[in-house]
Amino acid sequence: MRKLGSIAAVAGAVLVVALAAWTRQPAADPQGAATVTGKVKFTGAKPVNPSIDMSEEPKCKAKYTTTPTKEIVVVNPNGTLANVFVYVKAGLPASAKYETPKTGVLIDQDGCHYRPHVLGIMVGQPLEIKNSDGILHNIKAKGVKNRPFNISQPTTMTSTRTFSAPEVMVPLECNVHGWMQAYLGVLPHPFYAVTGADGSFTIKGLPPGTYTIEAWHEKYGTQTATVTVAGTESKTQDFTFAAK
Amino acid sequence: MTERGLLLRVTLLVATASVPLPAPRSLVAQDTTAGKRVYVKWCAGCHGDAGAGDGPAASHMLPRPRDFTGAIYKIRTTASGQLPTDQDVLRSIDEGLPGTAMPAWKERLSERERRDVLAYLKTFSAFFQDTSQHIVPLTFSKEPGGATSVEALRVGRQFYDSIGCWKCHGKAGRGDGPSAPTLKTDPGEPIFAADLHQSWRFRGGASAADIYRRLRTGLDGTPMPSFSDLIDQKFLTDEQLWRVAQYVRSLSPERAPEVRDVIHAPRLLGGLPRSPDDSAWARVERYWFPLVGQVIRKPRWFAPAVAGVWVQAVHTRDSLALRLEWDDRSQSPDTAWLEFERRVLDHLVSDDSVAARAELQPDEIAVEFPRSIPAGMERPYFLMGTATDPVYQWRWTSAPRQAAAGLARGVGRFDALGAGSAPGAEARFADGQWRLVFTRALATADTANELQFEAGRAIPVAFFAWDGSNGEHDTRMAVSAWYFLALDQPTPPRVYLSPVVAMAVTLGLGMLVAVRAQRRAGAGGPEGYIARGLPRRHDA
Repeated sequence: MRKLGSIAAVAGAVLVVALAAWTRQPAADPQGAATVTGKVKFTGAKPVNPSIDMSEEPKCKAKYTTTPTKEIVVVNPNGTLANVFVYVKAGLPASAKYETPKTGVLIDQDGCHYRPHVLGIMVGQPLEIKNSDGILHNIKAKGVKNRPFNISQPTTMTSTRTFSAPEVMVPLECNVHGWMQAYLGVLPHPFYAVTGADGSFTIKGLPPGTYTIEAWHEKYGTQTATVTVAGTESKTQDFTFAAK
Repeated sequence: MTERGLLLRVTLLVATASVPLPAPRSLVAQDTTAGKRVYVKWCAGCHGDAGAGDGPAASHMLPRPRDFTGAIYKIRTTASGQLPTDQDVLRSIDEGLPGTAMPAWKERLSERERRDVLAYLKTFSAFFQDTSQHIVPLTFSKEPGGATSVEALRVGRQFYDSIGCWKCHGKAGRGDGPSAPTLKTDPGEPIFAADLHQSWRFRGGASAADIYRRLRTGLDGTPMPSFSDLIDQKFLTDEQLWRVAQYVRSLSPERAPEVRDVIHAPRLLGGLPRSPDDSAWARVERYWFPLVGQVIRKPRWFAPAVAGVWVQAVHTRDSLALRLEWDDRSQSPDTAWLEFERRVLDHLVSDDSVAARAELQPDEIAVEFPRSIPAGMERPYFLMGTATDPVYQWRWTSAPRQAAAGLARGVGRFDALGAGSAPGAEARFADGQWRLVFTRALATADTANELQFEAGRAIPVAFFAWDGSNGEHDTRMAVSAWYFLALDQPTPPRVYLSPVVAMAVTLGLGMLVAVRAQRRAGAGGPEGYIARGLPRRHDA
């Protein structure tokens, strides 16, 4: 009888531990409260983006008042660089698991341009590929670690795809309109940002630690910095890309 | 075995062969070590030792050999982005990829060898070891009937337009759509949109079912996307996608054109059709002659754009007309194709001392004959003759649009004959196709240099083509072998008359015998009738 009781106690304890472990698992485990923020500056002569001849696509052409250009280098009025993907490259605990958001990330084909031009997504998170133009686009993802795909969208529609492996970056392109390109950063965690019209980025919710932060630009390549944060600390880390 | 037993087995065999078997989940006893031996011997020359598609021959090829390290395959039964099934890859090994340098291995390697090599080439990519990759073939519906009905083709054409096939493949389907010059493979090599009028060159097979599968799966690694999402989103029905496939199939001849040795030029009683649009051509037999890259004289050319030429010939009492039709995606020179041309030349290793530069060049075609009809089988060297034994050639260029006749003394030396010697030439370009009619008098004054055409003789003839927008010029061209042109002799009247005369004579003699026999029998009555009948024989 005593033996049975001890077995029950052990079993109960195991169950409690297992339950605790199980309930803790899906929570965004090593989430913290530290922040890394900064600006991506640009020095040197501002390059001119090639203009695009959209005469084959009057529907797209009509969306512009001036001649549309590619978005290879977008320098903001304040001298910062847009479309830089900034992310935590290393430093997170190897065992860390982050919940995949159910809400998707949108990329829109609008005016024969991808909007946004650079974006981030988590592994397994749905990428919603929208065609607002209502003319034929195909969207081809040219991943190397992810399986590439190529789907046709001849009308106003949205297709959804996911990515199974971290990869910085997966190029996206349209073959009907050779000028259409976008870049997708696929990560196993949510610590990434893309610089916008003011050239700044903010990566929030980092657990305390020392991180390698990488800034990626489609023409100027990558730069890295090491940042150590503790608790609710917020640190500034700027990057500077020079004209080539 | 009894005859009945044998018959039963054969019937069963045929029955099972015609039923598509489900793809086996795993192929038993695949041996990667044996596969490697086969690979090194037969495949590595193009596909490279490490399977990266970079063997010694690769830099001469467009399209490039498959790079196995990325596990991206064009011909699959799986969704875009998925790995192919074993059966999919085996099919490409077995059947080859028509229109490329990849031959069919079915007859050259044993089944065991082909399966072993498949197992080995899968080791080049980690994707095949990744157990999270589910390889599931798509479910394909059965082809709806009425493939060639007017209604089916109308629906097919409607969706060919609305799903944007024409953007790359062109309004008439010859791979000349507005986006065609910009197309690249994933690694950035230039790639042609398929010419849908040459289904025998489709990589994954020529049938409507093959085309339907390519529409569903896309050709991964190329600009050709999958259209499966459109069915899911009810933009079109599965049957309508089938109609697109059937429409595309209808653009090509029912069977791959057979290459025949002799072009028969019938004799026309009316005028010579000098225009490519002349309705007389509709009644004249067409002959297909495949062209291949010129790989004998340097700089060689392994990536010709013109796959072949359709030829028709007619003649009248004194003249000859030759109609040539060939698919060419651009009316060169065309600035829209200059970037494409640059990419072609960048991707092909040149054995020229100076690397070829992309520049605006015309399209060209040449027809060659010996200077005189050979008495025996001896013909001049097919590749534009030699210095001592030149050939008589007609050359036509698209810009300036003109034709010339001359003597070719080997590749690179063409001595034009006088201005008056040029053949007549009328050309049209439309929807990715040139149509050109050469005309000339059968007999000319310059009998030493210009071939004198004679009916009833086998006249050697060969063809050459250049697509300027593909970087083709001089030795960078597409060539044919020698074939023959035969001007059919007009049928002499005696051909039709002789049988009638012979029949009348036979009849007459027969009756004579009968009359004699009857006379001997003493019957006088029919004599008058026979006597009246005889003069009719003389009428004939």
